[in-house]
Amino acid sequence: MTLKATLIAGLAAASVIASAGLGLAQEEKKNPVVEARQSLMHLYAFNLGLLGGMAKGEIEYDAEAAGAAASNLAALAATDQTRIWAEGTDNATLGDSTEALPAIWENSDDFAAKRTALVEASATMADAAGGGLDGLRGAMGALGGACGGCHKAYRK
Amino acid sequence: MRRLLRILFFLIVVGAGAFWVLSRPETLPADAMAGLTADPGHCETVFWAGGCASCHAAPGAQGDDRLVLAGGYRIESPFGTFVAPNISPSEAGIGNWSAEDLANALIRGVSPGGEHYYPALPYTTYAHMTLQDVADLKAFMDTLPASDTANQPHELSFPFTVRRGLGLWKRLYLTEDWVVPAQTPEIERGRYLVEALGHCAECHTPRNQFGGLDKTRWLQGAPNPSGKGQIPGIAPGKLDWTAEDIAYYLESGFTPDFDSAGGEMADVVSNMAHLTPEDRAAIATYIKAVPEAK
Repeated sequence: MTLKATLIAGLAAASVIASAGLGLAQEEKKNPVVEARQSLMHLYAFNLGLLGGMAKGEIEYDAEAAGAAASNLAALAATDQTRIWAEGTDNATLGDSTEALPAIWENSDDFAAKRTALVEASATMADAAGGGLDGLRGAMGALGGACGGCHKAYRK
Repeated sequence: MRRLLRILFFLIVVGAGAFWVLSRPETLPADAMAGLTADPGHCETVFWAGGCASCHAAPGAQGDDRLVLAGGYRIESPFGTFVAPNISPSEAGIGNWSAEDLANALIRGVSPGGEHYYPALPYTTYAHMTLQDVADLKAFMDTLPASDTANQPHELSFPFTVRRGLGLWKRLYLTEDWVVPAQTPEIERGRYLVEALGHCAECHTPRNQFGGLDKTRWLQGAPNPSGKGQIPGIAPGKLDWTAEDIAYYLESGFTPDFDSAGGEMADVVSNMAHLTPEDRAAIATYIKAVPEAK
């Protein structure tokens, strides 16, 4: 989404909420853990967008910008996420506001392994992205695999 | 009264006879595969494009484990639950099959024992495969690891337990016709990858009450047969991605918004990532050439 589209969507959402007034009950408000988690995913996507745009050839390769986006991504992936994955924030408990499946907490070892795969793939990307388009393209595959591997098992 | 009973009896016999003839499993000519030798450079492409591992690898398998075709994946449908069998080259799998056996399974939906397969095996798609591709696929599957995992029975209720009835179903829905006209060689290649191998339509096209695909709404999205949620439409008018977006999604799993594929599509992407960039581009070009959804 472009910045403009995001702004428009944000304003639209804000006006809907405002016009609904205070009658909008507590349950419409997202759980802060879910909100933080989805914000983190958006930050991943924002940085991936630049790298992927370059890999696809839609954005001209720029070593410095690619390196910055990739190190952002690696830093985001490596943050401590203990609280962001708090128990009781799955879609069975909270409903449609989240797509996080209860299986995350049932298979916590496997979930941790998939998380490690993302940390590693994003670190590899951080090393590669500034060094040329071929390296960036090569690192994109493992990154996509890490995202997909976890989404397949643990996202609705 | 006696006369009426006699007529009724006569009609039942004729009806049963007609059912018997019309529902007979039909196989390919015995020499269909004669003289075909596998092309080693092409074998793996058929396997990944056909998406065999999506159902026949053990559920949850990742990476090289997806080459162990032990079966066990459960396909939920309004007719019951189908459990994918072991198709690894072993006793428990299909180690003793000939290339003809594989061709009959994929192209005619008939087992080596002469029974109909359920169309959970997407033979209405594979019926469009070339026999050369079957030969290539067989050669590749013979090189894969063996698994001795025993097959589990499907969980179906009457009348779907009567396989013979599938003979009639096949008369309605098993056809070698193509759905989308191929105006260019690239679309034709894409069409082969989608309509003969990739079986995208099996999920992305809605079905009628008998489980046949509604080809007038080709790739326009459908309720999930498991009963949970909706499978998105990918025909023009339903999906506004560019051909490049589609090809890149199939390669990396990333959508144009850099969300990433989940669910069944994560498996599809791990299959499609094995294809050449030209083949992924051909699929994307084909998708853009599908008749627009109203």
